[in-house]
Amino acid sequence: MSMPFYVSPEQVMKDKADYARKNIARGRDVVVIAYDGGILFVAPNPSRALHKISEIYDRIAFAAVGKYNEFENLRSAGVRYADVNGYMYDRSDVTARGLANFYAQNLGTIFTDSSKPFEVELVVAEVGAGAEDNQIYRITFDGSVVDEHGYVAMGGQADHVATVLQSRYSDGMPLAEALEVALAALGQSNGDEHTFTAGELEVAVLDRARDGRKFRRLIGSRLDDLLPAAPEPTEAPEADATPAEEPADPSDGDAEDQAAAEDANLDLPEPPSGGEGSEES
Amino acid sequence: MASQSEGGAFGGMSAGRFPPAFGSTGNSSFTDFLASYAPDMLPGRRQVPAGPVGDDLPHGTTIVAVIFPGGVILAGDRRATAGNVIAQHDIEKVFRADDFSALAIAGTAGMGIEMARLFQVELEHYEKMEGRILSLEGKANRLATMIRGNLAMAMQGLVVVPLFAGYDEENDVGRIFSYDPAGGRYEETQFHTIGSGSPYARGALKKLYRDDLSAEDGVRVCLQALYDAADDDSATGGPDLTRQIFPVVTVMTADGFRRLPDDEVGAHARAVIDERMHNPGGPNAPLR
Repeated sequence: MSMPFYVSPEQVMKDKADYARKNIARGRDVVVIAYDGGILFVAPNPSRALHKISEIYDRIAFAAVGKYNEFENLRSAGVRYADVNGYMYDRSDVTARGLANFYAQNLGTIFTDSSKPFEVELVVAEVGAGAEDNQIYRITFDGSVVDEHGYVAMGGQADHVATVLQSRYSDGMPLAEALEVALAALGQSNGDEHTFTAGELEVAVLDRARDGRKFRRLIGSRLDDLLPAAPEPTEAPEADATPAEEPADPSDGDAEDQAAAEDANLDLPEPPSGGEGSEES
Repeated sequence: MASQSEGGAFGGMSAGRFPPAFGSTGNSSFTDFLASYAPDMLPGRRQVPAGPVGDDLPHGTTIVAVIFPGGVILAGDRRATAGNVIAQHDIEKVFRADDFSALAIAGTAGMGIEMARLFQVELEHYEKMEGRILSLEGKANRLATMIRGNLAMAMQGLVVVPLFAGYDEENDVGRIFSYDPAGGRYEETQFHTIGSGSPYARGALKKLYRDDLSAEDGVRVCLQALYDAADDDSATGGPDLTRQIFPVVTVMTADGFRRLPDDEVGAHARAVIDERMHNPGGPNAPLR
């Protein structure tokens, strides 16, 4: 009879954490940043169907990086949690704090009990009546919750992105300026300065001024109007060129094909021509 | 390992992990989720008293719906009755379902309000889970399923029958769906009315309806029909000028759902009453 090797709990936890961190670092970053009228979510994501940013409830939205099927599972659980609580009590009784705890409990248990932790990092944000009432929680793969103020960055280059955000963020920025700051931070994470086009971005807001459900995606002309008016003589060739170089980016660090394939559904290059036409839906 | 413990509380599974119903895939229905997670919260799953109880509970009464080019109007009076007692003077029986549809209820008020609330969550839940809005047909079918789930209660007298109206974005038309207590779904053309005052309202609608109604005139037609219902049915409330209680009128067009503000409905209601001062039967339809 063979005895299993003894592995210390520290080692087990460290291995799991390293595994999760490494795979999260593969994906692209997401920025959540407060502006004068609410909270802005920005993710470089050419897909129009596979979202990294989603509505949870009236004042609450969700953003995630990492493995798509895992955070999608958490997202739908969060929608169910919010809807069942709103139905049981009242719509005003559904809070980001409750949801963050719900996620933290679940992620923490999975991290401890399962052999494989979830390779995700989440932000749950709630827009308040005033800027000081905003709540932004970052929840990591091991179930820890961080109460963030003003802005937060997640993903592989989160530290770099956060540094830029820290230097340029100020309270009460208008929406266009907040978007500019977020894009500058995200653009720098690719090494050199990258200017994003509307087709490469997933952008949404929790707009304090809206009645009821405050979540709104910024697509089509609404996003074009907000993007910094960079001199772009020809749009179409540029949109073709940029995604082509991007898929190479995440996979050149460590070339584990399997893990790259897992993340691939989010890093698909944008369909060259279909992207612009289908935006308006 | 995950133990298969049964229980409603959030901690029903092993500590910290969410119950299996939260993680299930492939179903975007809130009602189905509740059925597996907390079935007691569904109206149709409750223990029903042995004898009929219907008459002792408040009942909602008359609802009218009218299609006009490019949209549909759904309106209801404000009275609830329990037997011969007026239980509520200002009950609201017309509910916004989502941005392009509304439902109104007749029958046991408590059951109907709960059904409307559940239906609202159902539509929003689907939209968030799937990232798209249900088709109008899909919404109407979903409502039929919910009514079917209530059949046992209906047999005990807790009948609730909704009327569903919405703007169909694909075809740019307003549409009306009516139901029977067993969940049968019927699409109505032109107009429809339900509730105890509906025979009188229907008579009025038949005479007043035209294919080319404007939204404004459609609202007036609805108010005339509701007035006629209140005139002859004791369970339907007419416009109450002393308390400033007017019917709930909702309009759905390409611009979305809109509930008319009270002063707008009030102006129509006053015009109807002024006219009836001279002619209590209301406007005359042309004889030939």
